[in-house]
Amino acid sequence: MPEEDKPEVKPAQTAPPAAAKPPAAKPAPKPPAVMAVSPWEGDLPGLLKQRFPDQVSECSTYLGQSFVVAAPEAVIPILELLRREADFDYLVDITAVDYPQRPERFDLVYILYSFARNERIRVKTRIADGYKPPTAASEHLTANWLEREVFDMFGIEFAGHPDMRRILLPEDWEGYPLRKDKSIIDCDNKWIEEHLGIEGGQ
Amino acid sequence: MPDQTFLDSTELVLNMGPQHPSTHGVLRVVLKLDGEKVLGADCVIGYLHRGVEKIGENRTYQQFAPYVDRMDYCAAVSNGLGYCLAVEKLLNVEAPPRAQAVRVVLTELNRIASHLIWLGTHALDIGAITPLFYVMREREEILNIFEKYCGARLTTHAFRIGGLQYETYDGLEQDVKAACEHVLPKIDEYERLLTGNRIWVGRLTNVGILDEADCKQYGVTGPMLRAAGVKWDLRKAQPYSGYQQYDFEIPTGTHGDTYDRYLVRMEEMRQSVRIIRQAVEKIPEGPIMAKIPKVIKPPVGEAYVSIEAPKGELGYFIVSDGSTQPYRLRVRPPSFVNLQSLDKMTRGALVADVVAIIGTIDIVLGEVDR
Repeated sequence: MPEEDKPEVKPAQTAPPAAAKPPAAKPAPKPPAVMAVSPWEGDLPGLLKQRFPDQVSECSTYLGQSFVVAAPEAVIPILELLRREADFDYLVDITAVDYPQRPERFDLVYILYSFARNERIRVKTRIADGYKPPTAASEHLTANWLEREVFDMFGIEFAGHPDMRRILLPEDWEGYPLRKDKSIIDCDNKWIEEHLGIEGGQ
Repeated sequence: MPDQTFLDSTELVLNMGPQHPSTHGVLRVVLKLDGEKVLGADCVIGYLHRGVEKIGENRTYQQFAPYVDRMDYCAAVSNGLGYCLAVEKLLNVEAPPRAQAVRVVLTELNRIASHLIWLGTHALDIGAITPLFYVMREREEILNIFEKYCGARLTTHAFRIGGLQYETYDGLEQDVKAACEHVLPKIDEYERLLTGNRIWVGRLTNVGILDEADCKQYGVTGPMLRAAGVKWDLRKAQPYSGYQQYDFEIPTGTHGDTYDRYLVRMEEMRQSVRIIRQAVEKIPEGPIMAKIPKVIKPPVGEAYVSIEAPKGELGYFIVSDGSTQPYRLRVRPPSFVNLQSLDKMTRGALVADVVAIIGTIDIVLGEVDR
């Protein structure tokens, strides 16, 4: 506990002058809007850039974790190449990130691991809403459920997927919950209005 | 009149769950059967879906920490450790050595508790009722330590981003040593009950075989992967929280069947005791919290951090936009991914084997559905 208290004391003492400042200081914390990445060293970025010169746009490292950004149509060939030639035989996860203000709305993220190299990398791509990325299930069976979850949560349909259904939510659920425009409070209020016949409280 | 009625077909669809006691929660399995033989199993999951990832986007980093305990509630401490490590990675800080040692002690105790629950329920599914009562007795010792340390027994929220909230209580070392002393001979006792037991061996050997290639294809990790003969453990492969200081073995199996997975988990408990004894011997003095700002605002960026949870690789992928709340928080749950291999493992097995196989995956539906 005493260790916990120490950092608390400082801001409390300096609080009054800080409270007076804000109007002047407010516009300042805008610039850091990009990831402070460094170039990815090693043999893989060279291999990827050589095989996919037009599709691979970035090979970077952030916090010691490497990732490659590629065009959506190149993702499956890259997974294939990494598996066949660089031993990335374990597809850890597939997920997406929603940026509604961007024209290519979603970031699709594939996390790969190689047992032989003990190395983990990410393959990222940007896709627009409505674009159907090809499935990775032919390359890694585990992609089956992971892609179903991405579909369930974001509404990204995977072309050629063996079983493209919702997985966690009921079949009749409307919308896709992890899209940024789906708000928890709206869902709550709607449910309350429908089931309790009163106006939502939040 | 139709040419063929359902009576002519040999195929039968059987619903198992979601209220079936052997499905360990609200898992529903739709089995396609030919007599007693299973032709395919389709898992229907999501009954326990709470939208943990969406909640994460709507809470600050500290506010979200207690939610992770509610995913794999049998191993709440492990979940908390993974989350804290992920946020610490984004902040680029490391917990002080004292905090790391206490984290290892509690996490390994939790691994034993989680494996004990697995053993009890798995044995119960097979028909051995006694072990369930025994494991609860040993688990109690461990939960008592959690209760004395942080006040909670199940959903502990034991760690904080940057270290620990609480200093250890007087006598933690003695309690932990006593618990180790107590648990270790009991593991032998369970083995005497089960390992050579004819019914146990008969029900588990050559059931639900998943070999190395299948494991990698399905992304299966944890004891299931090790039972297939892959000597891979994140605590060794990519050590975190100071695991590199401790001396322990990675137990492996040879066949990748249900019996091997049982043996691997039993040995893992012994190895956990070994780690705990080393860690508790030399908990260093010093602060328990790193220098963490009161308001956590990680710089813009993303990180994926994973740990070896009792069920397998538990990962957190967090995207920060520089605000107090995660922009995206993805949990890579081991149970969810491991469960996908159920269809492969049950093909050609008998209905009774399905019960054994569900037990051997060691799923917690709170984590599968999130």
